[in-house]
Amino acid sequence: MPSVAANSPAPLTISVAAGKGGTGKTLVSTSLAIELAYEYPDKVALLDGDVEEPNADLLMPTVFEDSQPVHILVPEVDAEACIHCGKCAEACQASAIAKIRDVVVTFHELCTGCGACAYVCPVDAIAEVPRKVGRIDRGIAAGSVEFTQGRSEIAQQHTGSVTSALKAHIKSGKVSIVDAPPGTSCPMQETIEDSDYCILVTEPTPFGLNDLKAAVETCRTLSVPHGVVINRDGIGDRAVEDYCKTEGISVLLKIPHERRIAEAYSRGETLVLAFPEWRGPLGQVFDAIVEEVAQ
Amino acid sequence: MKMAIASTGESLDSQVDPRFGRCHWLILADTDDMSFEALKNRAAAAGHGAGVEAAQMVANMGCRGVVASTFGPNAAHALAQGGLAMYRFSGGTVREAIEAVKAGTLEQLNGANAAAHSGDRE
Repeated sequence: MPSVAANSPAPLTISVAAGKGGTGKTLVSTSLAIELAYEYPDKVALLDGDVEEPNADLLMPTVFEDSQPVHILVPEVDAEACIHCGKCAEACQASAIAKIRDVVVTFHELCTGCGACAYVCPVDAIAEVPRKVGRIDRGIAAGSVEFTQGRSEIAQQHTGSVTSALKAHIKSGKVSIVDAPPGTSCPMQETIEDSDYCILVTEPTPFGLNDLKAAVETCRTLSVPHGVVINRDGIGDRAVEDYCKTEGISVLLKIPHERRIAEAYSRGETLVLAFPEWRGPLGQVFDAIVEEVAQ
Repeated sequence: MKMAIASTGESLDSQVDPRFGRCHWLILADTDDMSFEALKNRAAAAGHGAGVEAAQMVANMGCRGVVASTFGPNAAHALAQGGLAMYRFSGGTVREAIEAVKAGTLEQLNGANAAAHSGDRE
């Protein structure tokens, strides 16, 4: 059991990702946060970085206190001032502003808010106006975890600005657990980037292994130390464990495939809330991570 | 008159590509003398905004209209803003599409007739 005498945890930012969706990232991130909050009250934050589909609040009793919009600046063209040079369209990497013959057309839902178009316009014909792309909700989860979730506006293509706004709530001095979206493309990369450690949750199947490899490569490219949690252990084969052994990646925890865990999940109860015997093992995961990061 | 036809290949005998934004090739043809150039559609690789890029490309090369089977919402908006006409054609070659344009038998579309990202390839 972790030392009860320590009253301040190493203030690490730990992201939780997977590759394959549906492996149990949110189960692990919520349970880890709740367990750490038992041990270190007021020293734990959980951030839900799956801004297209935040769901951590569904697995814990959550009380929201505050909501703030996230805005980016998008272009509005003064058609009379425009000289149709096309420099704005050339500069845009997101196809959010285009010159179609003599008309400049904007597509705000494609805009990433980079400001390049307004910057290059030689006649200052482009005004930058705010557009709401999401919101950040804050509250308390399970009575003890400082909880923040990002939520992107529906149909907004680029979610990076919401992720950035969310990550601004990572508190130095606290353990921050950041739940990532599935996959290994931009939204996941933006979430795990600069974290001190990434827990990769996988299932012991060929699908799980395939996507785990992509997630490992992403962590390596971003220089984020990482380890694996195998969830639903027993439904597949040993290939994931063998891969981890060959690659020198720690298997931090194995959660067996048990119907009662799935039933609790479906009732909105994360692992440690339904089955407190899992608190100890999750505390040990944190200790193992602290040790690995210290090396 | 210069028209753009979405194509699966680079000749007039290629089959028309049903999708506009993510078609493989764009055939820019002069309907008066059947001269043409074939452009590989760079927009096809774009994760987002393929319709916008393709519309810009054909408009800025002087086309007055586009022929394909389906046009998504961004492509349709961009083409309409530029005053380009959209014509629906399916199941034939580029040459047949051009003949149909000349004969005036093609349905002209007033707006998008496909959802965003319908043309995404795997």
